[in-house]
Amino acid sequence: MSFGAPAPTDFPLLQTRQLFCERDERVLFSSLGFELNQGELMQVVGSNGSGKTSLLRILAGLNDHYEGEILWRGEPVEEQREQFLSSLLYIGHRVGVNRILTPRENLRWSAALHAPCTDEQIEAALNRVGLRAYEDIPCRNLSAGQTQRVALARLLISPAVLWILDEPFTTLDVQGVKDLESLLTWHVERGGAVLLTTHHALAVECEVRRLNLDELRRAS
Amino acid sequence: MSSSPETQVSTWEAFRATLKRDLLIAFKRRNDLLNPVMFFLIVVSLFPLGVSPDPAELTRISAGVVWVSALLASMLSLDNLYRADYEDGSLEQLLLSPQPLYFLVLAKNIAHWLISGLPVVLMSPLLAYMLYLPADAYPVLVLSLLIGTPVLSLFGSIGVALTVGLGSRGLILAVIVLPLTTPVLIIGAKAVSDVMFGLPVTSHFALLGAILAVALSIAPLASAAALRISVN
Repeated sequence: MSFGAPAPTDFPLLQTRQLFCERDERVLFSSLGFELNQGELMQVVGSNGSGKTSLLRILAGLNDHYEGEILWRGEPVEEQREQFLSSLLYIGHRVGVNRILTPRENLRWSAALHAPCTDEQIEAALNRVGLRAYEDIPCRNLSAGQTQRVALARLLISPAVLWILDEPFTTLDVQGVKDLESLLTWHVERGGAVLLTTHHALAVECEVRRLNLDELRRAS
Repeated sequence: MSSSPETQVSTWEAFRATLKRDLLIAFKRRNDLLNPVMFFLIVVSLFPLGVSPDPAELTRISAGVVWVSALLASMLSLDNLYRADYEDGSLEQLLLSPQPLYFLVLAKNIAHWLISGLPVVLMSPLLAYMLYLPADAYPVLVLSLLIGTPVLSLFGSIGVALTVGLGSRGLILAVIVLPLTTPVLIIGAKAVSDVMFGLPVTSHFALLGAILAVALSIAPLASAAALRISVN
């Protein structure tokens, strides 16, 4: 599936204007404005506690302690929540994998919540993230890295154009890191957009834009 | 909100998948399944020992005892409703679904009722027998529990949704949930004791039905709003 290249007249996929966030009486960022277009990958960088996770949660709509505007395809995101959510895939620190269920059962539920898919697609996705033969083992018996892979299998079955990933590389082994990097490249090349945080040096074949929250704070 | 046939199908799909998932989790954790009903059984069977084995005395208190125990059994299992989902991030995924949250929360509440409420309803005639409830009051007891216990799940869900993000909850859940659920307890127990005195009970059932209708229509919305606050 491909999302196609954006037409020059299109609005940016995601855009923020004058975004301001304060936590525990400390300003995390102020007058933050950026644009993310289809076919772009943006890495949010900054030291620990600089507000990377807060920013991603605000953009996903999980956190509303902010001021400013978030636009989705040129329109305020709160006015078109349903369209926005059907185009979004968010994987946070807590990856959303139930420990009692098996990887297959977890993925079935995730798929039903967003966009239903067939059992074959789920099987193929689990195979591709290296969980062949683990499909029917309860997730509490899997390692941290394998649990992360269950969550990442969602990327393969989701039709979402925007991926928001919070530290997706933690707990992955060397091969897992490579697989995820190629997955990111594939998504960007098919016209998707990625917004992620990581402390890992990204080795992807597409251009990486950086949003540095530390520099932003120093400048303001 | 768009309501094309396609969205309706996937809303139903998401509702079904959520219900199925929660039941599956409960069946994989046998304790969740057995705890409420075992608790119900234990509490009720302590009354003849603690109060008096005298049939006349037990008959008098039977309706109240069964209803109070049902309420406590429901409260005991409430915490399972969102806790694990909050801790592993599934709750965030639920909130980020494009499907209407009302139906997803409703599915979780129905699953909770099937796990904790329905077994209590099914077990109640046996316990009523232990407490010498007159035979003609059985249908009223079962029916009042059948209408009342879903309300306990639905209103209880609001309380859990509000408190799931708090580190130490202690009694706060009870403080939020009990005022919402005591009317059900009063009317339900009253219906059973009234029928023992040969009084009409239709008005009690009308009231219980009305509370259930209100709970079904607003409680999932309130729970959904509370969940959004809790993950914030």
